[in-house]
Amino acid sequence: MTFELVCFYFFGSVAAAAALAVISVKNPVVAALNLVLTFFSMACVWLLAQAEFLGVALVLVYVGAVMVLFLFVVMMLDVDFAPVREGFVRFLPVGILVAIVMLVEMLMMIGVRTLQTPLTDDPATLAGMSNMGWLGRTLFRDFLLPFEVAALILTVGLIAAVTLTLRKRTGGKTQKPSRQVMVKREDRVRLVKMDAVRKGEATP
Amino acid sequence: MITLAHFLTLGAVLLCIAVAGIFINRKNVIVLLMCIELLLLAVNTNFVAFSRFLGDPSGQVFVFFILTVAAAEAAIGLAILVVLFRNRATIDVTDIDKLKG
Amino acid sequence: MMLDKSILLAIVLAPLLGALIAGLFGKRIGRVASHSVTIAGVGLSCTLSIYVLYQLVWGGAQVFNQNVYTWFEVGSTSAHIGFLVDRLTAMMMVVVTFVSLMVHVYTIGYMAEDDGYERFFSYIALFTFSMLMLVMSNNFLQLFFGWEAVGLVSYLLIGFWYKRPSAIFANMKAFLVNRVGDFGFLLGIAGVLMWFGGSLDYSAVFAHAQDPSIDMASRSVELIAGHPWHVATIVCICLFIGAMGKSAQVPLHVWLPDSMEGPTPISALIHAATMVTAGIFMVARMSPLFELSETALTFVLVIGATTALFTGLIGVVQNDIKRVVAYSTLSQLGYMTVALGVSAYSAGVFHLMTHAFFKALLFLGAGSVIIAMHHEQDMRRMGGLRKYMPITWITMWIGSLALAGAPGFAGFFSKDAIIEAVGESHRVGAGYAYFCVLAGVFITALYSFRLLYMTFHGKERFVVDKAGHAHAHDAHDDHGHHQAGHLAHAPHESPWVVTLPLVLLAIPSVVIGFLTIGPMLFGDYFGNAIFVREANDVIGELGNEFHGAMAMILHGFTQAPFWIALAGFATATWIWLFNPSIADKAENALRPIHTTLMNKYWFDNLYQAVFARGGVALGRGFWRGGDAALIDGAINGSANLVDRMSALVRRLQSGYLYHYAFAMILGLILLLGGSWWLFMRIAA
Repeated sequence: MTFELVCFYFFGSVAAAAALAVISVKNPVVAALNLVLTFFSMACVWLLAQAEFLGVALVLVYVGAVMVLFLFVVMMLDVDFAPVREGFVRFLPVGILVAIVMLVEMLMMIGVRTLQTPLTDDPATLAGMSNMGWLGRTLFRDFLLPFEVAALILTVGLIAAVTLTLRKRTGGKTQKPSRQVMVKREDRVRLVKMDAVRKGEATP
Repeated sequence: MITLAHFLTLGAVLLCIAVAGIFINRKNVIVLLMCIELLLLAVNTNFVAFSRFLGDPSGQVFVFFILTVAAAEAAIGLAILVVLFRNRATIDVTDIDKLKG
Repeated sequence: MMLDKSILLAIVLAPLLGALIAGLFGKRIGRVASHSVTIAGVGLSCTLSIYVLYQLVWGGAQVFNQNVYTWFEVGSTSAHIGFLVDRLTAMMMVVVTFVSLMVHVYTIGYMAEDDGYERFFSYIALFTFSMLMLVMSNNFLQLFFGWEAVGLVSYLLIGFWYKRPSAIFANMKAFLVNRVGDFGFLLGIAGVLMWFGGSLDYSAVFAHAQDPSIDMASRSVELIAGHPWHVATIVCICLFIGAMGKSAQVPLHVWLPDSMEGPTPISALIHAATMVTAGIFMVARMSPLFELSETALTFVLVIGATTALFTGLIGVVQNDIKRVVAYSTLSQLGYMTVALGVSAYSAGVFHLMTHAFFKALLFLGAGSVIIAMHHEQDMRRMGGLRKYMPITWITMWIGSLALAGAPGFAGFFSKDAIIEAVGESHRVGAGYAYFCVLAGVFITALYSFRLLYMTFHGKERFVVDKAGHAHAHDAHDDHGHHQAGHLAHAPHESPWVVTLPLVLLAIPSVVIGFLTIGPMLFGDYFGNAIFVREANDVIGELGNEFHGAMAMILHGFTQAPFWIALAGFATATWIWLFNPSIADKAENALRPIHTTLMNKYWFDNLYQAVFARGGVALGRGFWRGGDAALIDGAINGSANLVDRMSALVRRLQSGYLYHYAFAMILGLILLLGGSWWLFMRIAA
């Protein structure tokens, strides 16, 4: 019963419990926060597997960006969640059944053999560098193109998200500098010939 | 001793919870999206575990990419959700059946 | 010397060219141009045919048997267009083109007021082409092509006035009855191909038939197990069925009287002189095959004899002038068939030639009378026309004398040759045939002179309307608003374009028999064209007693046929010239016989009730049961099935995300289970 094993069981059970909470709580904000907890726990589990970079990246990217986004949306959509609960109990048995069947199958697939595979020495240390260095070397040497493509995907995703949700607000006043610069004298000033003096009534 | 089986089991458990979540949640599209994130998390765990045990960095590189794509996908998914809410004023999944045959 | 191939091609193609021009451009080039181009084509054919005949008979030319064009060659089967021109063919060519030319000239007068003038000329020129292809063919396939083509043109011409329902009925009847014959014909051709050497060329087939080492006469085949039949019998009977259809033998004779719905020129051309003789020609051409089978020849004999007598009987009670001549044609075709049946092929073909001339003459003369009587065809409303139409009267008398067999005229020689040949023959059925042909002589004379007396002699049974109103609306086919028996103005002789062909046909009707019987029947005219076995050679036996045409005439006065014909002539004169009332009394006394004859032995009724109605019923049954129920049911049913299936499957598309996700998950579970099971099997 090593220390790592104890840690593993602790973090694992926290993650599983939090996941259960995500799918069962009423309040979507609570669900989102539970998801954050799940991610944190899993990050710790990954640290146990000596995948430091990924663990930290998970927290930074997922929790820091994606979950924040989720919370934004949850709070922005002013949802009335009273009717949200109905139908939950009706489908619970089937859902649980399906999940358990899947779990059993997967465990059978994992099988006995993997139980005997111990944790060997960290390959990064073996290679003589940190996990990040090990990962970075592979990434920028063998997977450079996918890396660039991933960047492109993110850009496209950004543009897509903005395009989908952009609304033009009517009634707003904006300036168009290009139009301002194109203005000519005739558009602004008009000279009119007029008499200096006009015949009017006598003042009383 | 932590073995491979531990990691894989944890991944399997998370996956099944997520699957159950997709199925039983009828009323909330946001929870649906969150379950998808859980799915991806489970898969990532598998990848990390195997990468560690086989000594192949490609597994972790792949997780890196999955992270990227999942982030993009979450963003766009939420954008769609927002637009959907603007049009329908509901996030009830049972009301979104326009593709019915 | 060899005949020139281009001459033969010109003979065949000139009428075709005329037909095409008149047919496709008739309306544009006008009437005169249409008839000129077709007459030019047929005239050229006639001239060249006479030249070819001259070369073959006196110029010492050899028989021409060559292929001019190969249509296809598939493996060992090949089809060609080729010509076999021997003296038999040359004789047929001259007959066909000469009669066709006469009919073409005649039509200028007869169809002068008709709208379809150019179309008519195109059709008769096309017919000439088809008939020439038939007679000049050197293989069965081309023969069949010509056979079908003449049938087609006959159909087109019988229904020439296509707006008349009776004409359409008649042309369908002709075509369908011919079809029955053609079915047998095709079976015969298939039999030839199968059993006579695998080729369709005449020369190959005849060589195979006459080869003593192969001995086709005794080859038999078991079509039904346990009943062997001679191959030659099967093939010859099937071929003869085709001839029965085309040459209108009982029981496939019913179409010929109805074909009188067509204009008279085509009755003369097609249904007297040429198309109906195609069957006779075919049997004569196939003599090497027919000689192999006694049974087939007996069959031919009996059918021919029956036709000769019984159709002639019907002719005695007909009142339509064209119908009398039609039944006469049927009867004479029976005579020709009888001659073929006793292996006197040359006599049959000889009668074919003489008959072509005098029968065409009789039809054209009848047409002349019909024009003069403003398309009145009922003889009961004619009479005394000889004052008005002398040329027609005299030529009709010549034709009738030839038909009845008056000694010296053409028909005498050919008919007496046939009758004597039948008398000499020892074939099974020859006795019955002898009785029939002799009785037929009496009947022939009876109806021929009846026609003459009722039409040209005696009291006039029509009235000329004195008012003499003009015919502004001279419709060609009916003068319904004239009372029957009333004419607008007195009949007069027909124009020269009508009477000239009559005269030109009367001349051969008199002399051709006298001139050609010697060389044709008893000389070596036909050479190898006709083959007769030693034992059957009745003509050869007759030849032993032949001492020249003149002697035959004198001898004829002492023979039975002359006296029988004289009896017929006397009876006809007694009744219809002097005592017309006897005819009516006889009709009343012999009412049952009269009714039977008027109903044509009820053949038409039988065919109509059984075959026509049966065909319609069968069609209706197939339509309702097969087409509507089965096919429509299957197709509509399958569409319905698809509809119902998709209604079921549609429910899968609920539109709900979680349903789709569930489906995916189920699939995943199955996949997992499957791969675990596979994994276990491999590991085990």
